Amino acid sequence: MTVSRRSFLAGSGAAAAGLVLSFYIAPRNAISAATKPVEKPQVKPPAGAQPAPPPPPPNAFLRIAPDDTVTVVLAHSEMGQGIWTGLAMVIAEELSCDWSKVKTEHAPAASVYGHPARFGMQMTGGSSTTRTEFDRYRTVGAMARDMLLRAAAEKWKVPPASCTAKDGAVTSGKKRLTYGQLATAAMALPPPEKVTLKAPAEWTLIGKPMKRLDTPEKITGRAKFGMDVQMPGLMTALVLRPPAFGATFASVDDSAALKVPGVTKVVRTSRGVAVVGAHFWAAKLGRDALNATWNAPPGGGVDTRAQLADFRAKAKTNGAVAGEVGDVDAALGASKTRLVAEYDVPYLAHAPMEPLNCTVRIDGDRCEIWTGTQMQTVDQAAAAKILGIPTANVTINTMFLGGGFGRRASPNSDYVGEAVEVAKAAGVPVKVVWTREDDVRGGQYRPAYVHRVEVGVNGEGAPVAWKHVVVGQSIMATTPFASRIKNGIDPSSVEGLFESPYLESVPARRVMLHSPESAVTVLWWRSVGNTHTAFAMESMIDELAHTAKQDPLAYRLRLLQGKPRFVAALTLAAEKAGWGKPIAEGHALGLAVHESFGTIVAEVADVSVERGKPRVHKVTCVVDCGTVVNPLAVEAQVQGSIAYGLSAALHGAITLTGGKVDQSNFHDYRVLRMNEMPRVDVFLQKSDAKMGGIGEPATAPIAPAVANALFSLTKQRLRSLPFQLA
Amino acid sequence: MQLFVNGTTREVDAPADMPLLWVLRDLLGITGVKFGCGVAQCGACTVHLDGTPTRSCVLPVSAVGKRKVLTIEGLSPDGSHPVQRAWTDVDVVQCGYCQSGQILAAAALLERNADPTDGDIDAALSGNICRCGTYPRIREAVHAAARLRKGAR
Repeated sequence: MTVSRRSFLAGSGAAAAGLVLSFYIAPRNAISAATKPVEKPQVKPPAGAQPAPPPPPPNAFLRIAPDDTVTVVLAHSEMGQGIWTGLAMVIAEELSCDWSKVKTEHAPAASVYGHPARFGMQMTGGSSTTRTEFDRYRTVGAMARDMLLRAAAEKWKVPPASCTAKDGAVTSGKKRLTYGQLATAAMALPPPEKVTLKAPAEWTLIGKPMKRLDTPEKITGRAKFGMDVQMPGLMTALVLRPPAFGATFASVDDSAALKVPGVTKVVRTSRGVAVVGAHFWAAKLGRDALNATWNAPPGGGVDTRAQLADFRAKAKTNGAVAGEVGDVDAALGASKTRLVAEYDVPYLAHAPMEPLNCTVRIDGDRCEIWTGTQMQTVDQAAAAKILGIPTANVTINTMFLGGGFGRRASPNSDYVGEAVEVAKAAGVPVKVVWTREDDVRGGQYRPAYVHRVEVGVNGEGAPVAWKHVVVGQSIMATTPFASRIKNGIDPSSVEGLFESPYLESVPARRVMLHSPESAVTVLWWRSVGNTHTAFAMESMIDELAHTAKQDPLAYRLRLLQGKPRFVAALTLAAEKAGWGKPIAEGHALGLAVHESFGTIVAEVADVSVERGKPRVHKVTCVVDCGTVVNPLAVEAQVQGSIAYGLSAALHGAITLTGGKVDQSNFHDYRVLRMNEMPRVDVFLQKSDAKMGGIGEPATAPIAPAVANALFSLTKQRLRSLPFQLA
Repeated sequence: MQLFVNGTTREVDAPADMPLLWVLRDLLGITGVKFGCGVAQCGACTVHLDGTPTRSCVLPVSAVGKRKVLTIEGLSPDGSHPVQRAWTDVDVVQCGYCQSGQILAAAALLERNADPTDGDIDAALSGNICRCGTYPRIREAVHAAARLRKGAR
């Protein structure tokens, strides 16, 4: 492998002044045109790993400065989930550097940062970062450590084997040089042909509770989110979008808007009208003053009450088959008892705390974007297409995301593309800001779904026939990933059903799907299909247990025989929650267990009813996610996922009348507040399982756990979200 | 007009009805104060006005008068306020967007109640939404900050 001086300078930038271990090798189609294609070094995959993708050049992910600062370059987006710290731990583990010298920065958009398991797209989602980057980031750390070690050995003219690299320095006998002192020499060496990664028993960082590296900036107001981007000449724009799904622009009178002090321009976008002003307030008053007319949605627009009735009717008919074993209709006919239940969930907005925003500056045939995004290369390509410039001419600066939850993983680049349109039309650098109302009414919702579940049970109360019909919009259908829909099945609509551990022992089973189309735009929402499939599955299992007059825990454990990870998680959660023990007057426990993103989560909710409303006091949660990188982050993600799922279970609903969203802001699109937050006790199940995700899996079980507790308490079976007690 | 922000006097030329939030962010470049809802529902825009936590997104700048405005940037020069130290110790933040408001709400609570119960914390901070669900650690950190303040005395 050769790295030219030229490419080194091109990558390390002026600030590096040629002293940084940063021989950034841009891939062929990336931003920097100054680099030559280089040979990729060959690295032996770690034992037990799958056939590895080509290893990364170490430099793109890591820089070591003369002052010993180690900069980890994050190929993904920090949106609260803690990878800013977690992936730094993973590199630092193998690099054996001084943790106090480690800092993290977001990578630019470039194919070298492509997701190892998402077709090379640079993205963050699917609870995938840590588990898919674990090997790559460890390998990077190990390669750099090897190069530093060899650099020291050459300098001292000693065999590398006599040198030790530890705590940010290489030593040999009494000789000692820090990584910073060795960085330049190390840079000149070829990367190792292979590296041996540490055995888990040798880990000193992985598995330890490490505090976040982004705390200092986030507790002082210094952290820069997309919303905080400022630069000379930057204008702010607000966009007036169609008032109803399916409505289209007809006309606009902007004379009043243009009279608002501070408003400089009104421009068209492909969907609506943008008002550009000197600051947010001018743009907002300007937008308020627009007089626009719209073509009404065809057919009067979506009405969610009518939609629910339509979905329920469809659920009684056969749909595309997602999975089938045996003859379910015959088995249902032969069953001793049959149970039918319908579950429904509404549209949900993600409502991240930072409203959507995107800053765009166009300069000739180049474009620079500052935003919080979960899909850098998708947004980069979208911007290039709108502007008719090469993708490589679009620079994406990923800012901290003030929450993502899937909303900032926009396969159609809705908010980035729109901002590019506005900047292009306005001819000035512009930050497009969404108000909370724009966000709540802006679509890209978790789709509404109906599940109709028909179960035949035998004399012991065990299911012997399971017919399950799901009705709801496909998320994939309107994205560039539509090709993943096979035989009418969008996997994200039914995930967690056919592969449910409860269904494996059911001799006749069939899962079907209807994917009606709608003008309402939909998107992945934290834990995606599991948000509704876990609710239907775990509610139905609970109904079966009660119908069989069996203890819900014992009933589940019988069905989960041969599934030791599920049994262990559920058993521990029940034990820690005091299942079967006396409980406070007016309280009841409910449980649920669900696997998603490779992680099994069991939750027990301790619930009462106060003034006619469910009150969740405590959630006991057991997580089996395999290897844990940072237990502090895992606990935070579990607590956060439960808060997010509980928000939806207690409050969340987007409803529509005539295509218009009935809600607008946090007063009527309610989310969980501090006084409703239960205590959450998190227990990590010791596990040798393959590493799973942690950003989402604890979201899905909370709704059924609470529903099941409420049934124990009130005998009301709540099959609709959000919960409404009679 | 003149505003007293984080210990200094600032001259601003703003329309009278412009909310303090946007004066701070867009005219004075103080971006630690956040826009979350614009209707005093989420608390991300919390500042102290003479020590009282206030929603700056609905407060016309003309109504501020001579009151002292404190944003997260002015709480301490270096993140050493007891609430900030407790936030660090307890590892509270996730995305971080709401945290300026949470910290300022917590600091104001501790000024008037040095040893709050969970119920006191819930009552004082339920106006501050966190979508990441940092609530359990916020509760823990407010208790920790109360201990730090006592130790400092």
